[in-house]
Amino acid sequence: MALSGVEIFKHLPKTNCKKCGHPTCLAFAMKLAAKQASLDACPDASDDAKKILGESAAPPIRDITLGTGDKAVKVGGEICMFRHEKKFFNPNVFAVAIKASEAGDVAAKKIEAVKTSEIDRVGQKLRVDAIAVTDEGGDAAKFAAVVKQVVDGVPGVPLILVSKNPATIEAGIALCADKKPLIYAATAENAEAMAKIAKEKKASLAVFADGLDALTALSEKVKALGVEDLVLDSGARKAKDMIEHFTIMRRAAIKKNFKPLGYPIITFATRDDSVSEAVTAAIGTMKYASIIVLSSVEKWKMLALLSLRQNIYTDPQVPMQVAQNVYKVGDAKDNSPLLITTNFSLSYFIVRGEVENSKVPSWLAVMDNEGLSVLTAWAAGKFTASKIAQFITESGAEKNVSHKELIIPGYVAVLSGALEEKLPGWKITVGPREANQLPTFLKARA
Amino acid sequence: MALVIPKETYSGKIYNVQLGSGAKAVTIGGASALPFLGFEGTFPNKPAVALEVMDIAPDDWPETLRKAIGSAGSNPVQWAKFCQQSGADMVALRLMGTHPDQKNKSPEEAAKIAAEVAAAIDIPLMILGSGHAEKDTQVLQAAAAATRGKNCAIGKAVEENYKTVAAAAMANDHKLIAMSQLDVNLAKQLNILLTQMGFDKERIIMDPMSSALGYGLEYTYSVMERIRLAALLQNDPMMQTPIVCDIGANVWKVKETMASDAEMPEWGGLEDRALAWESVTASAMITAGADMLIMRHPGAAAKAKEVISELMG
Repeated sequence: MALSGVEIFKHLPKTNCKKCGHPTCLAFAMKLAAKQASLDACPDASDDAKKILGESAAPPIRDITLGTGDKAVKVGGEICMFRHEKKFFNPNVFAVAIKASEAGDVAAKKIEAVKTSEIDRVGQKLRVDAIAVTDEGGDAAKFAAVVKQVVDGVPGVPLILVSKNPATIEAGIALCADKKPLIYAATAENAEAMAKIAKEKKASLAVFADGLDALTALSEKVKALGVEDLVLDSGARKAKDMIEHFTIMRRAAIKKNFKPLGYPIITFATRDDSVSEAVTAAIGTMKYASIIVLSSVEKWKMLALLSLRQNIYTDPQVPMQVAQNVYKVGDAKDNSPLLITTNFSLSYFIVRGEVENSKVPSWLAVMDNEGLSVLTAWAAGKFTASKIAQFITESGAEKNVSHKELIIPGYVAVLSGALEEKLPGWKITVGPREANQLPTFLKARA
Repeated sequence: MALVIPKETYSGKIYNVQLGSGAKAVTIGGASALPFLGFEGTFPNKPAVALEVMDIAPDDWPETLRKAIGSAGSNPVQWAKFCQQSGADMVALRLMGTHPDQKNKSPEEAAKIAAEVAAAIDIPLMILGSGHAEKDTQVLQAAAAATRGKNCAIGKAVEENYKTVAAAAMANDHKLIAMSQLDVNLAKQLNILLTQMGFDKERIIMDPMSSALGYGLEYTYSVMERIRLAALLQNDPMMQTPIVCDIGANVWKVKETMASDAEMPEWGGLEDRALAWESVTASAMITAGADMLIMRHPGAAAKAKEVISELMG
């Protein structure tokens, strides 16, 4: 658990030498506690102090990186229970399972699905993050064959090697040892052998035990065997167990600094029906799972799950923004109305939704106001007549329409006079205050 | 190191609110802990799933949805029966036809349909206006009177019309749905205003304003989590009303539930995509603490019920 400033102060030299840039050691300790300074700034800190403070600075849930290169993904490192308290930092990984028995055509299809899974959503590139090769229905040779297919087919995608048999893991990891895969899993029966492989190959290691008490004991045991990068599986598969176990694990780690459970969580959200699987995986995303293994990754399913993950992992302090642009809604022509709003994603989504509802094809000019809503942007001086005029002129909005009429949000009706001065020849029309009145407004004009 | 399960101590509890009567009556609320944490609280009632019906044909609903409802959509009574047969816990009748931009139906016409629908089903009924704050006052007054004794949920009472709508619910022994705009304090404020006019707080269901997956869902999600924390940890009596999420109306107007396979090949098949969109949105709202959901697709409602039964264990 994080130390207080006073507790940190006890471990500092107390010389008030000012070499760290702060007037006193106590002031420096306070900055350290607030995570606004680093102990490196103190040239005289003892090794003991570094060790103690280093441990206290470690996140309550260890962060683990899967894979290498530009497709590597970091999970864990979370510090809060609810996203409104701060934010959720490292989005969960969605992995698709490929069984050893699927070696060949089925595996090839899934690999292709991963390869082509990337979508662009509100400016972020999202995709299936990893592939879990499982030994289901096959032997070590078939398992290795699938690993090889994956390594050849999608070289950069992180791998999870799923088998309780160390020999099978050995056969698979030989083909991807330099790619920092995750080994799943150490169990009570095979912990020594799995820990040995993980250490040798510098791989992360998942620990599986049925229930939280057994998991706690096994996690401590595996750490004592010298593996630092652990991932935990308590065996929770039903939605209720997922919420309960994962909440207890996250709470124990964050609020009680309970180290044996302070690692990212992995779960398998496998269901016979693909929509049911999506609904279950969604619970994992919201309730603290860091790696979610799916049995299939249809495009529609990933669109829903990746959108949910994006929603949940958005920083509540930083509004989501859409790109500044003149968006075409419906089959807009050069005589279609031109409306303007700000680039706060919610403003955009709501306005766009209502324009779509109106069934009146339109042009929607979205101006970059650093993600502020219309009224806030106006109050902050970022949605003023001169800035709007400049945007309309420079964005090429004029080229889309043959008329010169701009519809502005009702809340900034006050801007209409100044805008007509700044945009000579333009007619400024004041639209409704609330987006839900847009259909009425647009239909009345059409 | 042995694990000591870190438990929260909750001082508050969500009110139980009963809707309908007889064998098919539904009670929502009653939670004494954050959603589904059975190791530190009890959940006497499972979240209820209502399917939505309108007083007009769903001509402007997306095709996937109209196909799922079929010919039942042409008549509100048939449609409500269809919802009951589909396994819905409740029917939500939205009197959309009364909106001045729609058919501008009279309050009397709306009341007649509400009474017919109430008589045709034995599961509880929710009666929603068209969202036109001014017209809704007359429409809901008439509909509330016409369904007196059915113990319905009437709404939505909003800042502009809460006095009249609440009075209509109170005079006819109905429960009330009170909607605020995506803000913890506004939600609390509306409950305070209602209580101050003499409306029993234990007869209110709050609607924090829903949103669809991908379109601001995180705002609703966090507002709900914060409302629940205030209700349970801070024992705030004005936050302890059950929560309803009106998700169908939001989900079925976004592009993901409408764009064809040909238009958006990178989004996969429309049928599955649309179904998943409403199901996953429901899953998120249930996880955040929804006590009641208003949904549109019977298939998605079935998925919501499936996950609810898995969560109730």
